[in-house]
Amino acid sequence: MNTWTPPNPVNLADLGFMDARSKLIDLAAFLDRVQRAGQDDDFRVQALKKAAGLLSLDQPTRAREVLLSFSDPGAEPVEKAAMQGALGAFKV
Amino acid sequence: MNYIEPHGHMVSRTTDDYERMALAGCRAICEPAFWAGFDRASAQGFYDYFRQITEYEPKRAAKFGVAHYCWLCINPKEAEDLKLAEEVIGIIPEFLGKPGVLGIGEIGLNKNSRNELRIFERHLQVAQDHGQLVLVHTPHLEDKLKGTRLIVEALKNFPAIRPERVIIDHVEEHTIDHVLDHGFWAGITLYPESKCTPHRAIDMLEQRKAARIWMNSACDWGVSDPLAVPKTMQAMRQRGWSREMIQRVAWENPVAFMRQCPKFQPPA
Ligand SMILES: [Zn+2]
Repeated sequence: MNTWTPPNPVNLADLGFMDARSKLIDLAAFLDRVQRAGQDDDFRVQALKKAAGLLSLDQPTRAREVLLSFSDPGAEPVEKAAMQGALGAFKV
Repeated sequence: MNYIEPHGHMVSRTTDDYERMALAGCRAICEPAFWAGFDRASAQGFYDYFRQITEYEPKRAAKFGVAHYCWLCINPKEAEDLKLAEEVIGIIPEFLGKPGVLGIGEIGLNKNSRNELRIFERHLQVAQDHGQLVLVHTPHLEDKLKGTRLIVEALKNFPAIRPERVIIDHVEEHTIDHVLDHGFWAGITLYPESKCTPHRAIDMLEQRKAARIWMNSACDWGVSDPLAVPKTMQAMRQRGWSREMIQRVAWENPVAFMRQCPKFQPPA
């Protein structure tokens, strides 16, 4: 019971290339937009540029590495929650 | 194909959403207690909310042939008010005997503060004392990694709560292994922008061979999609998944976890 049956192979480029292409162009256009507006020193934009560099890694762990790069690396709880939401990138 | 929505905040959804979910094959919905989008003013507000999810929502769901279950707690977003949190924790036990209550949840951390951790542990004590299942919320975005680690550490201090009776929800690629490798169940939340897309969810399911994982929409008052689970099942078909394996994730896995609470009856 509960044995894993892998899916039948499908052409993943056929399935996902156009969507991924579109998202990458959107990212490029976003970086252009904030730069033209002189807002590219925002820590979130800087974090995004740093994370984008991880796409050229060789191992299939890019999503994990991108998520780690946005994360608070600490181990200790904070004294008090200063806000209820989150920003998407850790502010050093 | 039938499915179970193991994490939906139906008090925020319209009756039309129940109908659409039922038409898409949903046969059971489980509703963890949640933040209202604003801080409630008193424990009495929670009392009414607990009545709503234990008494009223099951009736609304039943009109569409959908079973409704729920989980009880005060959300970590409201944990900085320790007095309120303690009062709310105090009223939980009187609801634990209600027919649709599966356990304590969604508890956990939000900003990883000391007070949140304290209130998380208070809930775990209630779960341990009353032999309840536990559903854990992990923090958003940049706070998720640290929060997940703190949650796993805190759970180790409650050895009577066995890991297979705990689901740690909203995992992503950087937290799923930590959760599963410690013996817990993991929930993948299909939520626009801030959590996980269908294809990323399927990637993680394939990496971990779909063992001890469920997927949910977490549909609530935010931009979210109550049909995210059946849409992901459709993406699984496109990715070559067999009917049996889709059914494993969308039905058998949530049933296997939740039937550890004898009150959960898999829909016929
Ligand atoms: Zn939730």
